[in-house]
Amino acid sequence: MTHVPALLAASTLVHLTPVDLAIVVFYFVLVLAIGLYLKERANTGEDFFMAGREMTAWVAGLAFLSANLGSLELMGWAGNAYKYGILAAHWYWIGAIPAMLFLSLVMMPFYHICRTHSVPGYLKLRFGESSRTLSSISFAFMTVLMSGINMYAMAVVMRVVLGWDIHFSIWVSSITVAVYVALGGLRSAIFNEVLQFFLIWAGALLIPILGLVEAGGWSGLKARILQNLTEQHVANPGAYTHMWSTLGDFGNNPMGINWVGIVFGLGAVISMGYWTTDFLVVQRVLSAKDLRSAKLAPIIGAAFKMMVPFIVILPGLLGLALLRDPHTGNLLRLVPGDLAWSAAGQAQGLHGYDEVLPLMLARYCGPGLLGLGITALIAGFMSGMAGNVSAFATVWTYDIYGALINKHASDESKVKMGRWCTLVGVAVSIGTAYLVMQSQSIMDYVQALFSFFIAPLFGTVLLGMLWKRATPAGGFWGLFAGTASSVGMWAWVKVDPGAVKYVALSSHAQDQAQNMFRALWCWLICVAVTVVVSLVTKPKPDAELTGLVYGLTTIPHEEHVSVFHRPVFWAVVVGAVFVILQIVFW
Amino acid sequence: MKSGGSLSIWFFIGVSMLVNGILITGAGVWEFASHANNPVLTLNHHASIWWGGVLLIFGAVYCYRFSPVRERARNAGTP
Repeated sequence: MTHVPALLAASTLVHLTPVDLAIVVFYFVLVLAIGLYLKERANTGEDFFMAGREMTAWVAGLAFLSANLGSLELMGWAGNAYKYGILAAHWYWIGAIPAMLFLSLVMMPFYHICRTHSVPGYLKLRFGESSRTLSSISFAFMTVLMSGINMYAMAVVMRVVLGWDIHFSIWVSSITVAVYVALGGLRSAIFNEVLQFFLIWAGALLIPILGLVEAGGWSGLKARILQNLTEQHVANPGAYTHMWSTLGDFGNNPMGINWVGIVFGLGAVISMGYWTTDFLVVQRVLSAKDLRSAKLAPIIGAAFKMMVPFIVILPGLLGLALLRDPHTGNLLRLVPGDLAWSAAGQAQGLHGYDEVLPLMLARYCGPGLLGLGITALIAGFMSGMAGNVSAFATVWTYDIYGALINKHASDESKVKMGRWCTLVGVAVSIGTAYLVMQSQSIMDYVQALFSFFIAPLFGTVLLGMLWKRATPAGGFWGLFAGTASSVGMWAWVKVDPGAVKYVALSSHAQDQAQNMFRALWCWLICVAVTVVVSLVTKPKPDAELTGLVYGLTTIPHEEHVSVFHRPVFWAVVVGAVFVILQIVFW
Repeated sequence: MKSGGSLSIWFFIGVSMLVNGILITGAGVWEFASHANNPVLTLNHHASIWWGGVLLIFGAVYCYRFSPVRERARNAGTP
């Protein structure tokens, strides 16, 4: 088959054939058709922002997972698996599963029963307007800025992998997302997230299957990794294939972290914060049709999340074991992205860590399959952007416009505002992408900014749900102090890199380890300040906390349904599989 | 979950998998028949043919199971 030179540069990782291009084009046509089809069902606020609250547990659960399963996530974590070994799987297992189950069984009833439209909306009901304003403004702006950064990063990847022009990638994907979300609202975003879920599995599943065949199974893969890393004089190469046994000491593993950082920083704070309070993912579950579906949705998401390392982490490990330079036959060593994508790196033909997934795609996928793999990456990017934009539109419309600017806005005007917000959100994202193109250090700052809010927000929401004595003043000042302390620790390390040994307890700590410990400390500060301020200020009367706080909320019982239909049963099953996986890969 | 008319989200999934399955299987058969010299490492596994076939069958089953006609009939039977 002939290649398509019009869109491709001379030296790219993969070359698309007409059939590959047909698959990509068909995807764009289908998502636009879905948006047009769903336009008629987005006339009221509940329809546009909450998808009518009629999603089944399966749809809400798959969308909940897919909103997080963007292409940068896929490529980034495959790259991290190459860089850190199987330790990267912690972000999919202990860094997700306990939090998803906690959301389902503990927090979801409160979100669902109070009928909030958003997480900041819950803060308004529980703590008052000031907490809502702080969290909604930070969330809204950070969401669209992050969307722009992801857009730029994806466009760079498309240039490196496919040779596509950056402007072409940015504008085509943005316009498509703007059209289908503005037309169909959250329902359209959710439809496309579920579609993306299937495309990702269809496009990526072959890599680990064929890779394991080539490597000689799991034991063959481990042996090759050990051999390759030993040849390259890498310290403690066995750490690349064990998840827990090397976490006793900071210096024993490639990430420079210990079990405290993983269990408490990642498992107890960062993942809990992300999966239970980041509105981007929680919005999907709020669209469920009833409480049982809302509780089942995160459990379904958790079950599939446990399998994601098979298509993300395993390709990274396979790259470590199998990738060789096609010309010399020597082991191919991937390098950090900024080095690989620099002019010198390009001249030497270097590849970045994040290119491991496309490299494996090119290794195993012929015409057609390659198009499907690339479509999966594009779909992941676009649905991630749609998720950001739809969450932004909801928070802006309900928690900023409806709360601060026009308190008496009609339902019709909110829908109109939501459609405009979608377009504005996409425009701001595009602007951010071009801003990052001018100065890439902006990317580091915005990514850091986003991380400042997640851990403290979890502290505030958790205390709000479980402790009725928490007061409005306690909630606001706890959230503020937690966020400010996170900013302070980040700035301290920026100014004085030696401070990392205080913030992350070790001078060996890499970026991921620093994030874990910073989150842990700022969460503790948030909780401590909330408790202290609450104890010296006046609490809300019990009557105002009904439906919002444990002990004052009547949660419907499930005695009338069989055990196989109860969320708690499936949560136990998922939890048991999670424990078994930790033991198997110990 | 239904949308505005009678089209289920699963029907769209079926259409997507069916069309992709047809294109990928077709490409795989073409490669096999023309003995194309492709650098893909495991071409001898004929992944395009069997994986495309899996997608095609999956898509066809979903298109049939969640077709608008069957959905309308099912909804008509629901009180």
